[in-house]
Amino acid sequence: MERKTRLAPGLTGLADGYRPQPGVPDEMMDASGGIRPVWRGFLRHLAGLSPDDLHRRFARGDQYLRDAGVFFRQYSAEGSDERAWPLSHVPVLIDEAEWQRLGAGLIQRADLLEALMADLYGANRLVAEGVLPAALVAGNPEWLRPMVGIAPRGGHHLHFLAFEVGRGPDGDWWVLGDRAQAPSGAGFALENRVATSRVFSDFYAEAHVHRLAGFFRTFRDALQDLQADPHGRVGILTPGPLNETYYEHAWIARYLGFMLLQGEDLTVDSGQLKVRTVAGPEPVSVLWRRLDGAYADPLELEGGSQLGTPGLVSALRHGSTALVNNLGSGVLETRAFLAFMPRIARALLGEELRLPNIATWWCGQEAERAHVAANVSRMLISPALSTRQPIEDDLAALTEGRPAPRDPVAWLEREGAGLVGQESVVLSTTPAHIGGALVPRPMSLRVFLARTPSGWQVMPGGFARIGRTPEPRAVAMQHGGAAADVWIVSETPVEAASLIPAQGRQLQAREGALPSRSADNLFWLGRYVERTEGLMRLLRARHVRLAETGDANAPLLAALAPLFRGQGVDPEEGIPRGLIQTLRSAIASAGQVRDRFSPDGWSSLADLDKTMRRMAERVAPGDDAARALSALLRKITGFSGLVHENMYRVTGWRFLELGRHVERGAGMAAVLATLADPFAPDGGLDLAVEVGDSVMTHRRRFAVTTSRETVVDLLALDAMNPRSILFQLDGIEEQVRLLPGATASPMPDLLRLVLRTRTNLATERAEQLDTQALWALRGAIWEISDLITDSWLR
Amino acid sequence: MLYQVRLSVTYHYARPASGGRHLLRLLPAHLPGLQDVSQDMIAISPRPAERGEFTDFFGNRTVEVAIGCDHSEIVFTAACRVDRLVEGPGPDRSGPLATLAAEIAAVRDLGPAAPHHFLPASPRIRPVAAITDHAREAMAEASTVRGAVEALGLRLHREMRFDGSATSVDTPPEEAFAHRHGVCQDFAQIMIAGLRGAGVPAAYVSGFLRTVPPPGRPRLEGADAMHAWVRAWCGRAEGWVDVDPTNGCLVGSDHIVAAVGRDYGDVAPVSGILRIAGGQRTSHAVDVIPLPAG
Repeated sequence: MERKTRLAPGLTGLADGYRPQPGVPDEMMDASGGIRPVWRGFLRHLAGLSPDDLHRRFARGDQYLRDAGVFFRQYSAEGSDERAWPLSHVPVLIDEAEWQRLGAGLIQRADLLEALMADLYGANRLVAEGVLPAALVAGNPEWLRPMVGIAPRGGHHLHFLAFEVGRGPDGDWWVLGDRAQAPSGAGFALENRVATSRVFSDFYAEAHVHRLAGFFRTFRDALQDLQADPHGRVGILTPGPLNETYYEHAWIARYLGFMLLQGEDLTVDSGQLKVRTVAGPEPVSVLWRRLDGAYADPLELEGGSQLGTPGLVSALRHGSTALVNNLGSGVLETRAFLAFMPRIARALLGEELRLPNIATWWCGQEAERAHVAANVSRMLISPALSTRQPIEDDLAALTEGRPAPRDPVAWLEREGAGLVGQESVVLSTTPAHIGGALVPRPMSLRVFLARTPSGWQVMPGGFARIGRTPEPRAVAMQHGGAAADVWIVSETPVEAASLIPAQGRQLQAREGALPSRSADNLFWLGRYVERTEGLMRLLRARHVRLAETGDANAPLLAALAPLFRGQGVDPEEGIPRGLIQTLRSAIASAGQVRDRFSPDGWSSLADLDKTMRRMAERVAPGDDAARALSALLRKITGFSGLVHENMYRVTGWRFLELGRHVERGAGMAAVLATLADPFAPDGGLDLAVEVGDSVMTHRRRFAVTTSRETVVDLLALDAMNPRSILFQLDGIEEQVRLLPGATASPMPDLLRLVLRTRTNLATERAEQLDTQALWALRGAIWEISDLITDSWLR
Repeated sequence: MLYQVRLSVTYHYARPASGGRHLLRLLPAHLPGLQDVSQDMIAISPRPAERGEFTDFFGNRTVEVAIGCDHSEIVFTAACRVDRLVEGPGPDRSGPLATLAAEIAAVRDLGPAAPHHFLPASPRIRPVAAITDHAREAMAEASTVRGAVEALGLRLHREMRFDGSATSVDTPPEEAFAHRHGVCQDFAQIMIAGLRGAGVPAAYVSGFLRTVPPPGRPRLEGADAMHAWVRAWCGRAEGWVDVDPTNGCLVGSDHIVAAVGRDYGDVAPVSGILRIAGGQRTSHAVDVIPLPAG
């Protein structure tokens, strides 16, 4: 065939059978079957790689994504879960000059959206002049009436936008949807970049591909410039861990050094937005909002919202806070607005649109409705006020939740004002590596724009969605689509960039404030992990003895029962459900603070959970369970080691440590009160030493068999033993003294209690520390925990 | 008609609430030519840590307060004098229902009184087929929009039973409609749902009724708490008309307007967000006493 001959020279193998569908433009191959210039170098590189080499490289990229903990949340009828990131390893290559033309069109569109937003929340000229039907605004749930008339601080409503674009049959770019509410994907684009540049590391270094870090750096600086108050802070507002893109929120917060906040972290005080931190309320003057506007303030907006901050709208009325983007920007995503964009551009900018958007007709108008009815076979008909993109909807989008109408014309007649017709989209294809060869797959691009003091900046790259099948509508990840990196290729070498601030700018080198909620989660993470470990040790000791005697009713085993009952654990089960539940609580706490937590730590917890649940299905009580628990103990101490060795000693770490000390101290007090009691069954003391992981130490220190005195001395009073109660109290004192306000004068109740408890214990003799005193000690440790909560975690 | 209005709303919490934030729409509105308000005050106990006032989208006076301390009871008290100037609507100038849609579409305005806000579903009042069918039937005979609105108000007044204990503030309109019972809020919500379903923009009005009727007239239902009724848009010439379906009458000098919105959510006299662990109880007391003129 003619096409094949034009692929040569050197481009054999991978791309041999590459055949775009007739009438569908392709990113790599032009209409006559030639390879576009921007792809040639890359294809030559690809052709030089053996299948094994390519396989190893792809694995390297995937390994990076796994190690970094990149995932997305997939929703189904049964709920949602985290899925591995579906990277299509072959990037989309776009020529720099073409990208600049696309960017110029998008910048015009960004200016247009800003002007549209200002009009919708201001003068309403478009409605008064008949450009935009009033019904599309008044009936729009994203048009937030409380925001009408409130001028945005800094003068602009919009600071960060994304556009979904696709290439139409004529080869020109089309806008498929505007994303102005809280656009996601920029962080994922950067992760795609890191992974893809690892796959093609040698080629990437030389290929004149524009770097992405500069875009983030400029935007970070722009956000800091938006602050009115030099002591203010920049926060990222997330709906929380159950959101589809929470990973990205945590990731961007970490990458840019901003606080990751949830609605309940914030409070409004005399018109000023503040974050509750362990050091008291601190002003937040810029909030990058990743939460839908309607949910941001349960007092003035969506009343049922659990996610928002009461009074946020009031803070905006006072002009003390800049929101990125301002509340109410979701209205710009209204599907029916696409039908009016050319007229809106003329009315507000006096310009024609440089980039067309997908052809759209609002069926509330008679002529438009007739047009849609006459062309119904090649139309996507959907709700006019929907803010979803056509791309997110599968073929059932035609009806979006309602039964497919038998008679679309009557449907249009009846509900016309609530419907739009949109011309079905043909998307260009781009190569994906499937089954050992490159094959054309449909593609759409998400492009990001950020407002900077010198105007809109376009991210030189983006987020490509790649269909897994040739069906153009199947590019959505929820429907099995994949993501790919986008390379903007220059003819000349590009500037290498990193996040280091531009010259002359000093990045504030202060420790970020720790929101009280994050501190609370770290504290409970520490407690739950320690509780899990303590339970594992107790369970293992029990199963070992069960295996020896075979008697589940032996007095020693019966004596342990209250220790399990108190934690909701049924010790008769091999791997008890109550144990799994305790670990899940630890994971839930960790999930709330992923921005402060290393991906390694997270995967180690997730791995532990997976192993434990697998074991629970088959492990039998006795020997089997004892062995399984030993394996689990190795894993959980691995996690603790990771945290201890790797976590930076900031305030957050102190709360994690406090949680561990509290739980370990209280747990040991209960174990001793139960097993070192004069009436405890034989073997109780040895079991306590075993649970306290102190068998060797006991032998070395006392060189005798266990007695009540030696055991209590070692596990309660020995300040050198990291399992002893005194050691925990020392640790608590050390950490508490370093927390904000802990050493104020007069001495706060908490420090007073810690000192008293610690000193009393340190001066105690083993024979005096009887069962009653041990229970009282546990009570004192619990009281310390309550005071920690009262002092910092509310 | 000159009135002294007093209102107090009390919340009792089973366990103390730690702070809280509230929006209050308690005071009657200044409505030039319709009602004048003077000597108005709002008192709050415990004393709020902060307090502000603004006018909301629909033009309602809104007081914004934040409570800083723990409290197990909060009392909002409002008082003012209102001179109610309106006696009732004049002759019907509205056109037929058939041309109302075109009249609405011709209004190029998104101001607070534009009909567009009041035709689509709102958070608490969504279209209900049974209510729409009922409304269409009740309105079928009328030759004008206002006539249709009045007919629906009278029909609901006739068919529904006033019952102060059958429904709560969160009972959806379809449920109250199915049993044909409720309080003023239910009457108003059902009428609004019906009007919107039939293509008539309809707003929710909160306000007050005089507590003791004029000599020889019966006491109006709903006078012992804040009242609610319906405002319907009857075309450009006629404009907005207030109808009280609970009492089956047009709104006149016995009614005092407090706030207007799409539904109860926009006009709630007290809406608040606070952290509480236990349950809560509310009590209201309203007095609307006519004063000698002058």
